Order: sequence, then structure tokens, then C-alpha cells
Amino acid sequence: MKQWLARLSDDARRDLGFGVLTLALAIAVTAAFPGFASPRNVAGLLDDTAILIMLALAQMLVILVRGIDLSIAANLALCGMLAALFNRALPGAGVLPVLLLTLVAGGLLGACNGLLVWKLRLPPIVVTLGTMSIYRGVIFLLSKGAWVNENEMARDFLAFPRAEFLGLTVLTWMSLLLAAGFFVALRSTRLARDLYAAGGNPHAAEYSGIDAGRAQFLAYTVCGAIAGVCGYLWVARFAVAYTDIALGFELSVIAACLIGGVSIAGGTGSAVGVVLGCLFIGIVRSSLPLVGISAFWQMFINGVVILVAVLLSARQRDVTRNIVEASP
Amino acid sequence: MSPVLTLTEIRKSFGAVRALERVSLELPRGCVTALIGENGAGKSTLVKILCGIYQPDGGEIRIDGLPVRIADPQGARDLGIGVVHQECQVFDNLSVAENLFIHAQPTRRGLVNWRAMHAHAGGVLRDLDAGFDASLPAGRLSIAQKHVVQIARALVHESRVLILDEPTASLSQRECAELFRIVRKLRDNGCALLFISHKFEEIDALANRYAVFRDGVSVGAGELQQTTRDELIRLMVGRPVEQLFPKLESTPGVELLRVEHLSRTGEFEDISFTLRRGEILGIYGLVGAGRTELAQALFGVTQPDGGHIHLATDAKSSGIALVPEDRQSQGGILDFSLAANVALANLATLAPRGWCSRARESSLARQWIERLAIKAQGPEQVMRNLSGGNQQKVVLAKWLARAPGVLILDEPTKGIDVGAKAAVHRVTSEFAQAGGGVIMISSELPEILGMSDRVLVMRRGRLRGEFLRGTASSDELLRAASDA
Amino acid sequence: MTPVGGVRAGAQRLLRWETMLAAVLVCEFVLFASISPYFLNIDTLSDATFTFTERAIVALPLALLIIAGEIDISVAAIIALASVAMGLTAAQGAGTGIVVCAGLGTGLLAGVINGTLVTVGRVPSIVATIGTMTLFRGAAYAVLGDRVLKEYPGSFAEFGQGYFLGALSNELTLFILFALLFGVFLHYTRWGRIIFAVGANPVASRFAGVRVNRYRFALFALTGLFSGLAAVLLTSRLGSTRPSIAQGWELEIISMVILGGVSVWGGKGSILGVVLAALVFGLITFGLGLMNIPGIVMSIFVGSLLIFVVAVPVLISRLKRQAQP
Repeated sequence: MKQWLARLSDDARRDLGFGVLTLALAIAVTAAFPGFASPRNVAGLLDDTAILIMLALAQMLVILVRGIDLSIAANLALCGMLAALFNRALPGAGVLPVLLLTLVAGGLLGACNGLLVWKLRLPPIVVTLGTMSIYRGVIFLLSKGAWVNENEMARDFLAFPRAEFLGLTVLTWMSLLLAAGFFVALRSTRLARDLYAAGGNPHAAEYSGIDAGRAQFLAYTVCGAIAGVCGYLWVARFAVAYTDIALGFELSVIAACLIGGVSIAGGTGSAVGVVLGCLFIGIVRSSLPLVGISAFWQMFINGVVILVAVLLSARQRDVTRNIVEASP
Repeated sequence: MSPVLTLTEIRKSFGAVRALERVSLELPRGCVTALIGENGAGKSTLVKILCGIYQPDGGEIRIDGLPVRIADPQGARDLGIGVVHQECQVFDNLSVAENLFIHAQPTRRGLVNWRAMHAHAGGVLRDLDAGFDASLPAGRLSIAQKHVVQIARALVHESRVLILDEPTASLSQRECAELFRIVRKLRDNGCALLFISHKFEEIDALANRYAVFRDGVSVGAGELQQTTRDELIRLMVGRPVEQLFPKLESTPGVELLRVEHLSRTGEFEDISFTLRRGEILGIYGLVGAGRTELAQALFGVTQPDGGHIHLATDAKSSGIALVPEDRQSQGGILDFSLAANVALANLATLAPRGWCSRARESSLARQWIERLAIKAQGPEQVMRNLSGGNQQKVVLAKWLARAPGVLILDEPTKGIDVGAKAAVHRVTSEFAQAGGGVIMISSELPEILGMSDRVLVMRRGRLRGEFLRGTASSDELLRAASDA
Repeated sequence: MTPVGGVRAGAQRLLRWETMLAAVLVCEFVLFASISPYFLNIDTLSDATFTFTERAIVALPLALLIIAGEIDISVAAIIALASVAMGLTAAQGAGTGIVVCAGLGTGLLAGVINGTLVTVGRVPSIVATIGTMTLFRGAAYAVLGDRVLKEYPGSFAEFGQGYFLGALSNELTLFILFALLFGVFLHYTRWGRIIFAVGANPVASRFAGVRVNRYRFALFALTGLFSGLAAVLLTSRLGSTRPSIAQGWELEIISMVILGGVSVWGGKGSILGVVLAALVFGLITFGLGLMNIPGIVMSIFVGSLLIFVVAVPVLISRLKRQAQP
């Protein structure tokens, strides 16, 4: 057992530990409130965290290659507005064109970030801070500041993410499929392994024939595309589109990544960890009212968890050097 | 014995700077060729051309007699060229196996075939008797083991040409021996090896051929057995070596600094010594012996866990100065002007009430430009645009301007040209003669022997010997510094 | 890049940037004056300053912090937490003096927490302050929930609503005063010089005998304290506290600093630039308001400008390199 643990990568060990912690939390809540583990409640919890999971996976990709995407929520809001306006203009078009539209639009918005970071080597935090403002402004121009409400949305447009299949909503299924896809792709495609290499040691990656800048561009583009699709899902789920939807959500997404063990220094992070991080947040959120603590404590608890997580990983980094020979 | 790799008349310039003017090189099969040259001779540029990072401006590269173009790192790998870099090009966040196959993982139906990868990696590591597992995260390996990972990477790609770029710089004697065993094994298997090193002992132990570069030009090549060390040095430096180390005689005076049982966990242990006025105390040891860490603790960048540092009362106000090992990242702020760099350690005297004065800073800088013969356009020149030797002089000026009691120099002449080297030695001697105490850390035996009044030898964090000027030989020092 | 002068060449480049900012400012002024007849009214202009002074007051210490190579994303959350602290003390019936002290003290304490995490905990500042941002804002929500605090003593309103002299508001007076202080401190004292050095190369600064962590800690504490001050002004002006107060301000304040020419890589920047950027910000917000254009449209302009600011030097140096043979 000990040997097996020693052979695990640091990532896997961290995920294992955090998984046990999350499970323990879930069990503890269930022990006190048996209703917590009811299929209905679990399905609701998964549905609530689905968008967070997808966005956090997308954000992880960017952080993996030493970037950060602050524009992810603005991208979501812009694509959500596009979806709503498209649907209002062509109510009979169905869901597929909407999905494609948001995928492409989001991808393009992400690619803008990626190009600026790759070709001009601008600092990611400034670039995405800038595009965040721009994207929000564009939503306002597109919508002329007006809301798109439920009664302006087609029925299938609204129904798609909420439709149930095997007891779970389509939204939940999408997040689970994406997580599974990320798990396989990150572990077992050369492209994803290049991302880990480029994030872990960009200099050495260059010597191995990997273009770290191109890897960043790809990460931003994929991140944007996912955020775009989430824009539609968000708008349909909450049945409203306006300029300020998901305002500030980018920071929750980054927080979920940090809790899930993604290192801001790049090259470290796993799909399992990020999903666990999101589930942890989801479990805390849904159990607070049960324990009789106001839901307003959620953010505070997130803050504590982030700080504990980053303090622990900072401690781990301090590897003591061993020059002194062991005394005989 | 036909050469595997032949370079003819390779040229490469960066703007107005000619890094390689006319370089030719042959690497025969089953043979270790040592590449020798001072820093700036063009060795690293050549390595970068061979691994596809730079494109040569002219000349020809042939492999097995056929002309080739090394377009990018992948191209180099496909042509069978592997490189072990000086600073470890290893991905700490990935497993050893993945490090061997980076960007070239075996795949099955588009997905990485981890099983095949681990099997292959395990086989290669076993062949090398590496002694560590392929599934281990590379971040947990020692530097020596990371070098082995890079060699194994070359083996995985069936490299026929292997370039070792100063691989022993931070290895202990034992680790070097282990590395050499693996290198010899490759040589006997028919690999063509290029071994870049500054250490003649290693070259003698490993290489059978040599090639010497000076200022971007090939100045000599041949069988090692048919030449002498003096001849190699003459080729490398281009001038006789005697006039270095112009040490001025000074008689050590009263005690200036006493260090008692100084320790810092994992870095050094139980260090005790004294330093007197007018004395140059050399500290010799291999890289990684804990010398730099000791210097940093004496200066106060790190806190020792135990022991005492006593500075003579009259030297307390002037304090201890440290010229660090790496002048580019530690010594100076490259984006600042020369004047601002000199001022940084002297702000308390230049701005006693807090108010900075450009005029005072400029005049101080001008004064030191003259005294140390710094080649610069003026006090406002950005430090980045100075040559290595002049950068080092600026770092020296910064501290000398403060008139410290004790001056610690950590590898003060590493990688600077001969003229600047002599200047640094002259200034150091003058400082000691004027009554200052100098601690000089160096890995260069001639420098240590030439400059020091007394030499302490460190090994693995502990003091292992003390030698007086004139009584120590390089063999004795080396023996004390190496593992017995 | 340029062969002459380090700090001074940097200063020259910045000066050019500041001239550009000043030109933008003049253009705005002329444009708005020609569009709206009410613009050149002294009272209108005085009103205009309220749109940016509170943020600009935080931008001053934050500029120092970013020049020193660090960043603080938690400033807006600190404002919220400090505002809540003031609201609670006021609800206990405390006088204006104590209420203000509670705000400033909370800000300072929050800054000290950030500084400790970065210097002692050795957490990168961006990660640490994302954490504390969530923590501080979370604490504000946890304490207040959906309540609103508005029982402030009468004299408390003076800070955010009062006027110092004629049309010169207390807020603007404070901002001018602190801008001068920060400008002199950063550009003319040795401590300012050290802040630049720490940002340009913390390791070399450490090896020049600078106690780098002390400076970092002090700058985080200072930024916290000024966030507390901004909380006093904002709360006093609004007369009420909600946990969502100053939401999203962190990004606006950081934008202000970067727009002012402060390098996100540290080691470069000037207070004059930050002050000009704050004025540009304030005037645009106000002018667009005059023209009945919502503030969100301005964010397109600000966002583009932000990217433009960092892209220009890169493009220029690239063109220069191509021009060389």
C-alpha cells in the first residue's frame, strides 16, 4: 500500500486525498441529514454544479499552460446573449444551430485572447482583463441594454438543458461527458501531454519541439469554446439573458480550480481534481441550509478552503536541499 | 573510422555580433570528442544549432556523409542527435517515462499507450543500470539522475550523436563516475559523443579526441594522446597564462571576523573559521558543497539555524558585502542604469534623509567607472548592455563604494574574459592590502592557489581541510574536496 | 532597447505615455465641453470627480505594489469588509471617530493578512489575494447576509459628501493630497527607489541588502489601509452598507493602474501616469453620462486601451528589430 502510494504522481496523490475528504464531507452530511443522499437531491446538486464544472475544466486548461482567463464569464455572457438573440430572431431553428453558434463564437473570443498572448506575448492577466471589459460592453451594444426574457425564448431552446435522461438533466450529462472526455484526453493524447510539458517547463518544451505559445493559443481557444456553449446553457437554465449575467463568476471558477489542486504556476492539475473541487463547493453550498447556517457563509468557506489549499501547496514546494552528508 | 557528423565552415551571427565565424568539427563513431573553449568561444551557439534551435547563416552539416538541414528540435531528434543540457531540461511535473518520450509518446488508436511507454522506458533505464523507476515523477530525482534521464531520452530515440553540454557542473565525484560509466557504455556501442567541459581531469578520463574553439573559430583538433594540457590551454586562451593573479603581498593583521559552529539544516554544518584584516581566505570545493549557501548566510540573505558570527566592533558599521555567484540575476538589476545599480547598496549614504539626488549618484558612479576601468558610455548606461566582465565590475563597485569590512566573492571571475579577470583580481588584492578581509569562493584551482593567503576546503556542507599559501598543491585540495 | 540611461530612459518612455494620456484628457475635455453646455460649470465638474476619487485613492498604493512586482486583487473585498465593520460599529451607537477608526483598522488588518500570506506563507500574491478576496467578501456576506446597514452618525456623511473649499470636495482634496505625497515618495526618496528595484529584480535587491519582504509586507498593509480609507469615503457618500458594495472595483482599479503606464511585470511606472489615467477614467464616465450613454459602453474603450497599452511597446520593439539589418 505504502509503495503503491509512493509510486503515484503528486497529482494523483493529491486527488486521492481530496477525494477522501470530499467523500467524508458528503458522508458526514448524509449521516446528519439522510435526505441529503437521496437521488433527487444528488441530481439537483449535480445540476447546480454542472456549469461550474465545465467552466473550471476549461479554465484549468489555460492555467495549465501558465495563463489565466479572466474573460471566461464575460465570454459566457456574450455567447449567452448571442444565443438568446439568435433564438429570438429565428425561434424555429432548433437547438443545434444555437449550440454550434455559441461553440464557434466562444472559440473565436477565446482565440482573441490566445492570439494576443501567443503572438504578442502579452501578460495573460492584462489581456483577459481587457477582453473581459470589451466583451461585456459588446453585450450591451448587441442587446441595447435590454433583457431577453423567458417569454421571448422558444420552448425547445429552454427545454434542452433541463430535459431529463436516466434521472439526470442533459446539462448534468454534458458536464459529466465533458469531464470524462477531459479525463481521457488529458491523460492520453499527445496534444494534452504537450500542454503539461509546455506549462511545466516552457524552456525545455521548446527544446523538445513543442511550441509553448501555440499550446497557450489552443488552450485559450478551447476554453473560449466551452465558455461559449455554457453561455447558452446558462441563459436557457435561468431563462433570462442580460448584460450582467455571471458577473464575477470568473473568480468562482478560478477558485474552484485552486481548490481542485490546479497550480497557478502551470503544469499541474487534473480533471479529477477540478471536478472534486467543484463538487466540494457544491456539497458545501447545498448542505449549509441543512446545517442551519445561512447560505451567505458559502463564499467565506470557499475563501478559507482556497487559502488552506494554497498554503499547503506552498509548503510542499519548499523542498529542503540536502548537501550535508548523512552522519555515519 | 568515418565520421558520423561533420560540420564544415559553420557561421552564425546575431545582429553585429559574430558568434561563430568559421567552425568545423568531426565526430567519429565510437569516440568521445572533447570540445574545449573559453566562455563566449561559441560552444553553446553550436549546441543550439545542432539541436535545431538556431539556423546557421552558412556552412554545411553532414550526417553519414549526406548534407542535412536541422530545421527544428524534432528534426534534430529524427536525425539521431540527442543533447544532455547543462541546465536540466527535464519536466519535473511528469513521470520519468514520459520525460523520455516527450512529444513522441507511442500511441495506439490516437491515444498514448502508457503500457508500451513504461515497458520501453523501463528497458532503457535497466540497460543503463539507472537504479530508478520509470513511473517516478521526475521532480523527485537528483540532478545527476536527471542527467541520466536526458541520456536515456537520447537512447529511446536511438540517437547516434550525443552532445553532453557541461553535464558534470553540479555533480559530486561519485555521481560523475556513474555518469562516465554510462557515457563509456554508449561510446562502446558505437555512439559519436561530443563532450563539452571546462575540467581537464574529466576530459582526460573520458575523451579520446579534442577540438578547440576560440572566439567563434576552430583553432585545433586531433587525438588527445598527441597533445599536452599546456598546448590545449594555449590554443584555448591564445596567450600565455602566467600573468594572471597579480597578488599583492600583505601581512594579515588583527582578527576581523570569527565564525563559530555555524549550521543551516541541509546546507552546511558546524563551520568555524576566522578571517583577519588584510587576508584573502579562499574557500574551495565542488559545486554543491555548500559554499554559496555559507556565503549567503554570512551576508544575511538566509538565517543560520545555529552558531555565531562575530564581526570586529570597528567593522560593524561597514558590515559584510557579498558579490554573488550569478551577476545577471543576483548581482545587478539589468534594466537599471549603472549609476542606479551602484547607488542601490549605498542609498543610506547617498540619501541620508531619504531624498535621492541624481547628481550625487552620477558622481559616485563616475568615480568608480574610472577606478575600475569599467568600459561604459557613462553612468546612465543600462547594465544589460555591458559585457559580462564589466557587469561584474559594476557589482564590485556597488559594494566597494560602501567600504565594507569583509568582502565575500562567490565565483567572482566565472565566465568573464581574461582582462576583466585580472582587473577583478587586482581590485581584490588592493582591497585586502588596504586592510579589508576577503573571502573568495572559487571552483578554479589556479585562482584559489594564486590569490589566497589561506584556503579552506568544503565538502558536503562541512569544512574538510585548511591549507596555507605555498604549502598546498592542487592535488591535495582536489582530494580534500572530493569524496574519499 | 535604448542605449542610454536605465531608470531615466524608462522615465522618458513613461513621460511619452503620460503625454499621450494628457492629450486624451484634453480631447475628452474639448469634446464634452462642445457637446454639453452644462459641462464647463464648476459644480458639474466637481460632481464629476465623485465618479473616480474613491477608486483612484486605492490606485495610488496599488500602483506602488504593482511596481514592486506584486498585485492585490482583494482591494474591493477589503472595502466591503471595512464598510461592514463601520456599519456594525455605527449600529452599536459609536461616534464618527470610532466608526472611521473601525474602517481604517479593518482595512489595515486585511492588508496585514495579505502581506503575511505573501511574505511568511510564500504564496504568490495573485493566488493569495484571490483567496482573501473570496474570504473578505465572504465574511461581509456572512455577517450581513441580505441586510443593509444605514444608521450612521450625522457627521459621518461629511467625508464623502462634504466640501473642503467652495466646489472642492473633501474626497478630491484627499486624493490630490495623497497623489502628491505618493508621487514625491515614489520618485524622490530612496524608499521609492527601492520599490522600483524590488519590482525590477527582487533577488538582486535582496543581494543588495534590501529587506525585500519588509517592503512587500508594508505595501500590502498600505494598500489595505487605503482600501479602508476608500471604504470610509464610499460608505459616507452612499450612507449605507451592503455586502455587495464596491463589487467589481478590483478590476477597475487595476485597469486604472495599468492604464497609467505601470508595468505588470514590475519595476516601471509613475504616479503622474496613474493620476492622469484616473482623470481619463472619471471624465469618460461622467461625459458619457452627460450624453446619456451608459457606463458599460466605456468598458469597451477601457478594455481596448488596456490591451493597447501593453501591446504598443511590444510592437515598437518588434518593428525596431525588423528595421535593423
